[in-house]
This record gives sequence, structure tokens and C-alpha cells, in this order.
Amino acid sequence: MRYPDDVRYTAEHEWARLENGIITIGVTSYATEQLGDVVFVELPEIGVRLEALKTFGVIEAVKTVSDLFAPVSGEVLERNGALSDNPALVNQDPFGEGWILRLRPSDPGEYAKLMSNVDYERHVEEQHA
Amino acid sequence: MIMPRRLLIEQGGAGHRGPALPACDVPQRPLAELLPGVVLRAELVFPQVSEPEVVRHFTELSTLNHHVDRGFYPLGSCTMKYNPKIDEELAGLAGFAKAHPLAGDDATQGCLRAMAEVQRLLAEITGFAAVTTQPAAGAHGEMTGLLMMRAYHRSRGEGERRRRVIVPDSAHGTNPASVSLVGYETVVIPSGPDATVDLDALAKALDDRTAAVMLTVPNTVGLFEPRVLEVTRMAHAAGAQCYMDGANLNALVGRVRPGDLGFDVMHINVHKTFSTPHGGGGPGAGPVAVAKHLEPFLPTPVAVLQQDGRVRLDWERPQSIGRVHSFNGNFSILLRALAYMLTLGPEGLAEVSRVAILNANYLMRRLAKSYDLPNPQACMHEFVLSGRGLKKYGVRTLDVAKRLLDFGVHAPTVYFPLIVEEALMIEPTETETFDRLDHFATAMERIAVEAAEDAELLHQAPHTTPVGRLDEARASREPRLRWSIP
Amino acid sequence: MSFVGLGRDEEQRMLKEIGVARFEDLLAAIPQEVLLEHPPRIPGPLSEIELRRLLGRWARENHAAELVSFQGGGIYDHWIPAAVDALASRSEFVTAYTPYQPEVAQGTLTAIFEFQSMMAELTGCDVANASMYDGATATVEAALLARRQTGRKRVVVAGMVHPHVLAVLRTYLDPDEVSHVGDTAGLAVPADVKAALGPDSACVIYQQPNFFGLVEDPPALHAIAHEAGALAIAVCDPIALALLEPPGRTGADIVVGEAQSLGSPMSFGGPLLGYFAAKQSLLRGLPGRLVAETVDRQGRRGFVLTLQTREQHIRREKATSNICTNQGLMALRATIHMGLLGRLGLREVAELCVQKSHHAARLAAGIPGYALAHEAPFFREFVLRCPVEARRVVEAGLEFGVSPGINLGRFRPEWKDLLLVAVTELRDAGEIDRWAQTLHRAGGAR
Repeated sequence: MRYPDDVRYTAEHEWARLENGIITIGVTSYATEQLGDVVFVELPEIGVRLEALKTFGVIEAVKTVSDLFAPVSGEVLERNGALSDNPALVNQDPFGEGWILRLRPSDPGEYAKLMSNVDYERHVEEQHA
Repeated sequence: MIMPRRLLIEQGGAGHRGPALPACDVPQRPLAELLPGVVLRAELVFPQVSEPEVVRHFTELSTLNHHVDRGFYPLGSCTMKYNPKIDEELAGLAGFAKAHPLAGDDATQGCLRAMAEVQRLLAEITGFAAVTTQPAAGAHGEMTGLLMMRAYHRSRGEGERRRRVIVPDSAHGTNPASVSLVGYETVVIPSGPDATVDLDALAKALDDRTAAVMLTVPNTVGLFEPRVLEVTRMAHAAGAQCYMDGANLNALVGRVRPGDLGFDVMHINVHKTFSTPHGGGGPGAGPVAVAKHLEPFLPTPVAVLQQDGRVRLDWERPQSIGRVHSFNGNFSILLRALAYMLTLGPEGLAEVSRVAILNANYLMRRLAKSYDLPNPQACMHEFVLSGRGLKKYGVRTLDVAKRLLDFGVHAPTVYFPLIVEEALMIEPTETETFDRLDHFATAMERIAVEAAEDAELLHQAPHTTPVGRLDEARASREPRLRWSIP
Repeated sequence: MSFVGLGRDEEQRMLKEIGVARFEDLLAAIPQEVLLEHPPRIPGPLSEIELRRLLGRWARENHAAELVSFQGGGIYDHWIPAAVDALASRSEFVTAYTPYQPEVAQGTLTAIFEFQSMMAELTGCDVANASMYDGATATVEAALLARRQTGRKRVVVAGMVHPHVLAVLRTYLDPDEVSHVGDTAGLAVPADVKAALGPDSACVIYQQPNFFGLVEDPPALHAIAHEAGALAIAVCDPIALALLEPPGRTGADIVVGEAQSLGSPMSFGGPLLGYFAAKQSLLRGLPGRLVAETVDRQGRRGFVLTLQTREQHIRREKATSNICTNQGLMALRATIHMGLLGRLGLREVAELCVQKSHHAARLAAGIPGYALAHEAPFFREFVLRCPVEARRVVEAGLEFGVSPGINLGRFRPEWKDLLLVAVTELRDAGEIDRWAQTLHRAGGAR
């Protein structure tokens, strides 16, 4: 499989991983391929409440910029501080070291509604076609 | 060619200095006495370099630039045509260069006459009632035009309600950016399958909140909007104003007047259509032409030719949006444009658009054999190819652009407009000869073959330029924006 | 004459390749009723010989250009070393486009990098951009950045900022959102500015030296702005900055201004050169182009446009500004100018301005009826109160071949007796004497 099965996906190419009631979010490898070299990630403050499918930040490459959409609603618990020094982590390891935020979800039902890796791969293929 | 190893600050040093200033020939007093209580700066860490070395430095830098006087520059939407030398000479005449903008109308009749003449000729060429020459560039003109339309709506009591501007998805980035600048909201409408305005989408977007429709004609794909009269009629029926982005006026000049298409206002990039040089990024000038009903809102002052044959600056314009520039706009650039218009005359103007269109269509048909041509209609002064067919070789449009540099021509505009995948936007202009077009086409054809046979050659391109591909990611991640002191 | 190079045979070959019989077939998309039957009625065509005759005549109608200039008010008659014109008129610079393909634009990019470096040093700021249209629009962009940064709307203008800058601010912004705090004895009064500041204030804008040529007190104005949570914006003349403490060193968040005085001719007020410098923390909010140093694949030093995601061609309606084309060639002129004058020359120019303007002011003070309008220290420019309307003094200058200054009555009726006088390093003792004679004559004609 091109995309890991331990996370769920949005149509806007974010992923979310649920562990011990906390959701980690990031962008997919497809997104980073499309963006190219990521140079800056603008993140919300800790404590901010995000709303599902609304923008919460911006990811910038050299000549493109893309809004980041929250996969689920919740409160920001942690930001990946390593990205401010080394935004390339998003390119190098999008599903791991390149994670973006950790949230405490406010609506547990939302996570289940996100796409599986199989659905996401199909979604990507459709976009390409 | 060797890249200069050192910046000015890394050359010379204490004891080196440039041209001398005269000794002070008036009685001097200590600075502390003349400027009591004023804190002076401790030091100015600037270069210390002799005049010959400064001259060499910038001469050497100049050799690293591609430029119109050296070779083909097919940048779409940029109209990189030849810049006549006589225009430079005339703009530099001491009578113009040494005129102070606050010297008064009587002492600057020559400048004012030129301004009034620029206003008159541009109005005639574009088919509008009046022109302001204050905006310094196209985007500045867009903002000025939007402010005039805003003032118009306000004067009719519709200022609060009409705050939306409809812009097609093929528009230049300056359009939505200018819309935001005046506090309006951009409503993007998708282009139709033929890349022109989709009238249904327009109809859906138009309502009593629409302040204006902004359109580029021909559009950024190089196509004349076949239903442009319908677009402006629909917009007016909804109470909106129509703005034409004049970046592509080179296709229409002498042949079609935007005022006749139903537009209320447009800007003109004189550094495109009227051949003033680009200067490595400016200065340009962005005069704005308006229909009669918008004339009261023009920025102050306006040059007005009086009955007695003298020109004065008119400040008494109670409905004016105000000033948009410190003084008179990019005056000496407008002088160049005036010289150019007078050199061409009526027939010459029409010849510009004729040959620009001919050149573009010729290149388009030739290159359509090697590259995808998403919109096969006859184009105007430019056209857009897609490099998507090369993706199967792992080659991107950027690689094609970089490889072209090895052939001594500049790359086309790439990845714009956004509605064409892997876009290559090509504008040859009228001043390129058949031989130049041929050389460019041959280079493009060869690159298409190279893509299939030796993709790596393209990935590593350019090979013959003073520097190779630069690490832009590094430049953005840790921007070094000024020199460090050695 | 259209500068085209198309032979008749070539045209036929092109039409054949295109697959149409006639050129007109390519215009099928254009509605018939809008195609012009005759080209627009403009004069011409003119040959070079005729054009030179016509525009040469118009140039001579500008007798302002033949007078020795004591005019300032934002545009100054400074020395431009011969090498500036020689280098900046090279077509390698003049006929190049914006450096979007850095591999073939290192000349322009390197020069912009040097411009940014010198403007940052001159202003005492961390970073400077590649240029703005002029001082007025640079000031507007500074105010807009302050508004985005603070989330507040009100722009407070302190003291004698150039009336045209104030006018342009009022055009761009809602005039109700611009508060102007007037001067006392020609200067901004920190206490008055403080009183005008509130929780909705985004910035304090002042000019240094101000419109009257007087030197303001930047640290006090910066402190007051910051106490109110607003940004401090200085609008500065770059020649003065070669001598005065740079505002970026004493807390200004943004320093902008008009840099025509660095190597560009007056040219009836354009093209000018706006500059924009700021603190590092504001970098991502800066308007306009920025050039950064980087390396190519072989590790060779090179320069590129950077942080372009701020700009209109990428960020579109969310861009930090709509600016695209800027004043690149004027920035090049300034770069060459600063490079030639260097560490010592620029300071000498500034000191000569101080010495000569004060010499002129002393002469004027000795002429019956004339007095300096203000007591505060001035840099290169001062206001004279005249015994007659200032326009009379300007008229009297014709006899002596001088433009003795700017009649401030053109800005405000109550200033009709005030003459704004600028004395640069270009004016010699004899010219200053002729200027003084003009004052005598005009004063005596009362």
C-alpha cells in the first residue's frame, strides 16, 4: 500500500492518527510531492480550538502555498516545534517526524468518518486522471 | 563567463574611495553647533571601493543578464518587445530630467504638454473619455481603477452593498490582490471548457452585490473573449462596472478599442504595449483610462489643455479619489511611451497587433506538433502549451524552461495561467523576426526529443549559464537577505 | 514604422503553416462590429529626426530645468556621478525583465541584494525589500503591514509628514481611519501624539527630516507608539540617514521613504524610488520582492527571488500587497550611487547639505523682512517666512536664474508667505549668493 493503514485521510490530503484519545495530524506524502520542498509551516497556538474541515494554518513551498484543513474538531495540545527549524521534515517523513499538530478531539465520531487508506488512494488516482 | 566572486562590500577597503566631492566653499560651523541635540550615527558600514572597480563590478554583473537587446524573450503576458533607443535619449533630455515637479505650471509647460498628449493619445487608442497617468505600474492602475469604481458606486448610494468583484480563474494574481487592497471580496468564476468566460457561471455570480467584473482581454490563454459584448452587457444589467486588465493590449492595439467592448475602465501597461523598457523589474507605468461617467473620480491632478494652448494641472475635482502617487507618476516612462506612439503613428500601431498575432499563431501551430495545445482556436498575441505530455518521461515544464536557457533564449512564462496543467505561456511579440521564431521553435522541438531520449540532460539544465539551478528551498528556509560584513 | 522585421515571403510561409489564407481569418473570435475600420486618429508616424525636433522643443519649454534649483519638498537636485548613468543605461540592465529565471538574471539579482543590504544598513533595520513605487506608496504599505500585524485600524500621522504622502494615505485607507496630529513649532510633539493614540491605533507615522526639513526626535516617538501597542513607522530621506542616528536602531519597526535622492534625476517627479525596510519579525508580512543568497548545485554562490508566497502571483487575494512591477532600475541606480559614494562620500554629501543650507539660512536671516519660520535643527531644507507672498519670491528668481524654493502656499493658503528652501551639495557659494539676491529683490519690491 502506498499510504499507511494506521491513519485516516481527508480529501484535502491531511492525515489523522488516533492514539490514546489524542489525534496527531499531518499532510500526506501525496501532498508533499505536489507541493515540492516545504519551506514554512504556519501553525495555530496551543489551546486554539479547530473546527473540522476548516483551515487552521498554511503550508508553504518555494512557489506554492496551501491551506491546512483540520481533519477533525478539537483543541490544539501540541505543535511540532521541530518544523520551525527544519520544515523539510514534512517532505522527508510526512507520516512520522513530519507530523504537524496534536489535538484533543471534541467529537469522537468525526475520526471514523475520515477516509481509509484504500479510499484515499482511489481519491488520489481520481484527481490524477 | 565567470560569476563575480565578490560583492561590493567584499572589495576595496579603507583608503579606497570613489569620485570626490568638492571642498565646502561656504563658511563652516561644527555640526554640533548646527544640529544641537541631534544624535548622529556612529558609523555607516558601506563599501569603500574605487570608481574603476565599481564600474567593473556592475559591468561584470550586467554580462550575467539575459535581456531583450541580446535575445528572444518569449515571456507570456510580459510583452518583451524591442525598446527603441531614441525613446531613451529623449526621456533623458535635460529639459525633462531636470524639471522639478513643484516648479509650477508655467515653468514646466513642456512636461505638462507631454502629459496631456499621453492622456489624449491613450484615450484615443483605447476608446475612453479620459486618462490618468499617475499609477506607476499595472497593479497600481488596477487599484486606482477599482477605487474609481468604488467611488462611483458610493456616489450612487450603492457603496455598502456592492463589494464583490468577479474574476475568472485564469486572471493574473494582481487582480484578486488589488481587489483585496480596496476592501472588496473576490468571487472567482471557473472558465468554460474553451478557457473563455462561462456565461452561466457569470450569470450565477452576478447580483446586486457585484461591484465589478474584471476581465483580461485577450485572456491569459491568449484567446479573445468571443462573448465579451455579452459579458459587459450582463454586468451592466446587474448594475456592475466592467474593468479590463490591459496587460494584453498588444493584441488589440490599433485594431480594437476596449472602450468599444463595453468596459468602463482599464489600465495600460506602457512597459508592455508601448515598449518602455522593463528595467529588470521596473519602472513601468500603469495609466488608467475611464469612460465618461468615471471621469469625475480620476486622481488629482489631471493635465488639462486650455483654450489658450497652455496646459495646467487641474486640482479642482471634488469627486476625485485623491492622489495615488507622490508626484506625477512615472513621468519619464510616459515620455518614452509617447515617443513610441508618435514613431508608430496610426498605421504602425495596427501593424504591431497584426504581426504580434501572426507571430504567435505561427509559433503555436509549429509547436503544437511537439507539445500539447489545450486550446486549439486561433490565438491572439500569445498562446499556452502544456508540458503534460512530457511527464511520462519524468520531465516537467520547469525542465523545459531551464533547458531553453542553454539555447540563448529566455524561458516562457511557466505554470501560469493556473487553469492549464504544466503551462508554458509564449508571447513572441511583433519585433521578433521569422528567423528568431524559427530558432526558438527548433530549440523547443529539440527539447521535446531530448525529453524522451535523455531526461537527465533536462533535469540538470541549464548547462551554459553563469550559475546552474539554484537552491530556492534553502533561500526560503533560512533567508539571507543582506550581505555580511567581511 | 513598428520595429517589425517581417518580409513578404516570410508572411506567406507563416500563413501557410498556420493554415489560413489571410491574416483576417485569425480574428474570427472578434465581433465584426468592434473591429476598427481605420486605426485610431493619433499623430505620426514621426522619424527620429522629427521626433527629436518635437520633444526637444517641449523639453526647452521647461525653463524650470535651466534654473539653479533650491527646490526640495520630497524631490531633490543632488549630484549624480557620471558612472551612475553610464552603468545604469547599459541595455543588459535596462532591457531585462524581472529576474524570474535566476540562472540568466544574476546581474539584476546581485544588484538587488546589494541594494537591500545597503538600505538595511542605512535605515538600521534587519531587512529591506527590492523597492516600492515611491515614498508615498511605501508609506501606505507600511501602514497596511502595521494594520495586519496589530489587527487594528487607526493610522496616526505625527507632525509634518509630506502633504502628498498624507494625501495618498487618505486615498488608500478610509480617511476616517487616518488621524493627523499637527505640529508645534514645526515638530511632532510626543505628548500630543500620545493623546491621539488609543486601543485601535495600528501605527505612528512620522517623517525624518520632516516636510519642513526639521529633525524630529525618533526615540521619543518610537517609545510612545510602542507603549500604545502600535508600530513605529519612520519615513526617512536616505541622504539624511547617512548622518543621523538610523531609526531602526532606536526602535522603529518599519523605515520607508523616497530614495530619488540616491542617483535618480528629478524627471518631473517620476520614476521615483520607494524603499521599505523593517525588523526581522515582520519579514513574512513584507510587501514586494525580496532577493536571497543561496547556492547552485555545484555550490556556487547565486541569488534568487525568495519568500514569493507572500506575493500576488502566488497568494492572490491573500497576498501582502498587489505590487508586481516595482522600480528596479531606480534601485539599481541607487545601488551604483551608494557604491560609488561609499562609506565616506555619502556622509560628505550629507554634511555638505547641512553646511550649505545653514549658510543660506544665515544669509536669509540677514535680509530685511525674512526670518526662519522654525527654531528646531534642520538638515538640508528650511522654511523662510517672507515679507511678501512666497510666489513673488519664486517669480523674482527668474531674473537671477534661480528657483529659490517652493511656495508653500500651493499646499495651504495660510502658508502663502512661506518658502521651503533646499540647499544640496550641488549649490556653490556663488549660486547661494544669487539666491540671496533674489530674496533681496523680492523683499524690496514690497
